[in-house]
Amino acid sequence: MSDPGDDADAPEIAEETMAGFRRTLRGVSARFTAGQAGILRSLVAQVAELVGGPGSAEAPPAGTQDGPGEAADDGLPMDFAAILATDGPLAPPEDPVLARLLPDAYGDDPESAGEFRRYTEPGLRSGKVEAARTVLATLPAAGGRVRLSPGDAEAWLRSLNDVRLALGVVLGITEDYEHEFANTEPGDPREAYLHVYDFLTFLQETLVRALR
Amino acid sequence: MSVAPAEVDRPEADEVVVPDTPWVTIVWNDPVNLMSYVTYVFQKVFGYAKPRAEKLMLDVHHKGKAVVSSGTRESMERDAEVLHGYGLWATVSHDR
Repeated sequence: MSDPGDDADAPEIAEETMAGFRRTLRGVSARFTAGQAGILRSLVAQVAELVGGPGSAEAPPAGTQDGPGEAADDGLPMDFAAILATDGPLAPPEDPVLARLLPDAYGDDPESAGEFRRYTEPGLRSGKVEAARTVLATLPAAGGRVRLSPGDAEAWLRSLNDVRLALGVVLGITEDYEHEFANTEPGDPREAYLHVYDFLTFLQETLVRALR
Repeated sequence: MSVAPAEVDRPEADEVVVPDTPWVTIVWNDPVNLMSYVTYVFQKVFGYAKPRAEKLMLDVHHKGKAVVSSGTRESMERDAEVLHGYGLWATVSHDR
């Protein structure tokens, strides 16, 4: 696990320092620049599409406000519909990011793991897609002040965590990553994403604290 | 996905394992999940008081894993499902 600590510096992202979430009388709140909002929206949408299939990051069709679970058959992204149609136990995803977001529940029993996956994976996927959609619906692309109800804040926590888990796999984040990445070569493509990862860590940490 | 409401009928003793119900939910350490977030999730999902949630979080952090709940296989699978929804790495096993 990681702990940014009490005196973690607010990271600079998209040329602007981020103050993070604070508790206010009207719910938890944070201010985003357009650059910060753009980065976050892009990553949240990518995770939604990875987990739910193409089109998952878009708003559900008119009249179906409760996400994929309530949508008509033709409202479901293709991958998701394919999962619902599966009869037998499911194999774990080959994509390492998906395997982390949808983990096995039985480490040494593939058959039980497959059965568990068959019954829980569709709901797990749709829950992650719904959380992502909540972030996309409450974070204006132009940035600005975001105020979250308790329910929306919970969705933000989950979605921020999913994006951090995904980036963690891609970047090879370890308990000691700050030390390991201290000597990356200039121009290392991971460098920019590390800044984003630290930004998301700060954002999630301030959100957890604002909710306590 | 609907989230199970915080359950209040869990045992409040220090030892989570109950001999009659030999299934357990285990949460494994990972380098990404925040300590504050994991504590928050244990409080939210299990209705544990903060000191107990924090102790479990630290067990996961320092020992690599911790038993976070015990009971029937069905209820442990439900716990693991909810924890997966929060992005925690949870498994179910038979506590022999």
